[in-house]
Amino acid sequence: MLPGLPLTIHDASGRLARRDLSSIELTEACLEQIQQREDRIKAFVTVTPELARRQAAEADLRIAQGDAGPLTGVPMQIKDLICTKGVATSCSSRMLEDYVPVYDATVASRLFEQGAVLLGKGNMDEFGMGSSCENSAFFPTRNPWDVERVPGGSSGGGAAAVASGEAVYALGSDTGGSIRQPSAMCGTVGLKPTYGLVSRYGLIAYASSLDQIGPITQDVTDSALVLNAIAGPDPKDSTCLNLQVPDMTSGLGGSSSAPLAAAGDASAIRLGVPEEYFVDGMETGVREAVQKAIDTLESLGAAVEPVSLPTTRYALACYYIIAPSECSANLARYDGVKYGYSFQDTDDMWEAMEQTRRNGFGPEVKRRIMLGAYALSAGYYDAYYLKAQQVRTLIRQEFQQVFQRVDALVTPTSPVVAFPLGSKTGNPVEMYLIDVCTLPVNIAGLPAISVPCGFSQGLPVGLQLIGPHLSEQRLLRIAYAYEQATSWHEARPAG
Amino acid sequence: MPLDRQQIEHIASLARIGLTDEEIELFRQQLSHILEQFEILDELDTTGIQPTGHAVDLRGVLREDEAQDSLTSEDTLRNAPRREGDFIRVKAVLEE
Repeated sequence: MLPGLPLTIHDASGRLARRDLSSIELTEACLEQIQQREDRIKAFVTVTPELARRQAAEADLRIAQGDAGPLTGVPMQIKDLICTKGVATSCSSRMLEDYVPVYDATVASRLFEQGAVLLGKGNMDEFGMGSSCENSAFFPTRNPWDVERVPGGSSGGGAAAVASGEAVYALGSDTGGSIRQPSAMCGTVGLKPTYGLVSRYGLIAYASSLDQIGPITQDVTDSALVLNAIAGPDPKDSTCLNLQVPDMTSGLGGSSSAPLAAAGDASAIRLGVPEEYFVDGMETGVREAVQKAIDTLESLGAAVEPVSLPTTRYALACYYIIAPSECSANLARYDGVKYGYSFQDTDDMWEAMEQTRRNGFGPEVKRRIMLGAYALSAGYYDAYYLKAQQVRTLIRQEFQQVFQRVDALVTPTSPVVAFPLGSKTGNPVEMYLIDVCTLPVNIAGLPAISVPCGFSQGLPVGLQLIGPHLSEQRLLRIAYAYEQATSWHEARPAG
Repeated sequence: MPLDRQQIEHIASLARIGLTDEEIELFRQQLSHILEQFEILDELDTTGIQPTGHAVDLRGVLREDEAQDSLTSEDTLRNAPRREGDFIRVKAVLEE
């Protein structure tokens, strides 16, 4: 490995610009790290060394010509449910094991236009359904801090690759916490943007009203840099907001001893701490780390006050009706006819379809399709789906009200640290409860970021900041101020 | 209210998923347990509350109807499990 690695995007980009490092050297260093660590970590479904070397050579040419952006020549991983032209995109499912997209997702093409280098595709819970990466049809990813533990999920491959230095950054997707929760468990920074800020074109759908793509990075500045590259209107996604995206890095940098305090006529940042997110069964070490982080934010000048969000306790049920309902509709497309796995051993069309779906989907995907089909079926629609959509309105309104009083909310990202492999696979509801602090954010379409804030049992703890719609700049600024005052983001797993 | 085997078989047929006997029993137990957790929503009075389908209000997004290049038929058919010429081959849909 090159001395001085792993590097953040902003460090790498500085060294690339100074010609102190080439993209080829950096890419080879990542490929070597993958070679050395993948046996144990298993963060990649597919590694693309030839493509990476070709893109790195092109990037070096662009840098030499003075045509480089902040991501040019920097190697990364993309979650395996984001379409990459000519590179297998499996969703970690048998159903799409041999699927090779014929087009790039908008986020992928935006990164490639910037000269990004693709190292490969990230392992995940099948179709994004899970909280531990154990629902991958191929193999579980392991946590770089302790390989006997899960990396979180569903974007576990991304968080593990970034934490282990296999990739400089990763793109994940977040439907109920799938960027933030693995980031918390692996000690990375994970940002889930406002619904509609980033195009979903080419993101293989799980629950379309909740899914959102975002960055998994080593620090807050990198998160802003990746968001700058991927955010913004896309004519190919009608739910993508038509607005000019501000520079997410503005407001980062600068050094003040109280960056969140009142400056000039602007008032101090007001932070709310919702008691409902400090749930029963929360690990003591997590509670302590989060409390210390809140104290740090206060010492930086933020005005901290307790707030209450009573509908939080209904979010889990609301989510597990809405997400499976959308999933059952979205995954109806896997019929073995147009693409994907196809059972051929019968002449009967219905049998072929039923066997295709039986063999192609894993247990958690089947469970959610069944749950959704039930919630949407005649006689139950009003009691489940309509009721959940009404509760969604109440949760949204409650957030809107609290954001009239505070600028952002501070909570734990996950009530527990990374848990041992196999310890929660027997009980679906216990696994669902892991996302209790992250799901309300997707229900309301809000942005949120998870940053490392300490350790419990020697494993990383994540702090979550939640803001109103389109408050990414503010969240990044608060997270940056916190990061400057602490050194948790610099901690690396051994090995 | 726990689900019975017949209900599970009905849902599986709606979702077109073939299930083994063991899976039917496993899903019967697990889905019943999950549905029990949903009962908490009955505590909330939602009379007159508008449902939310999307968290961001966006309606009627239109664009100019302009001709653009689309995928070639070769690319479109590239991932088809069975093809014949420029067609996807499927099992007989109509009964004799």
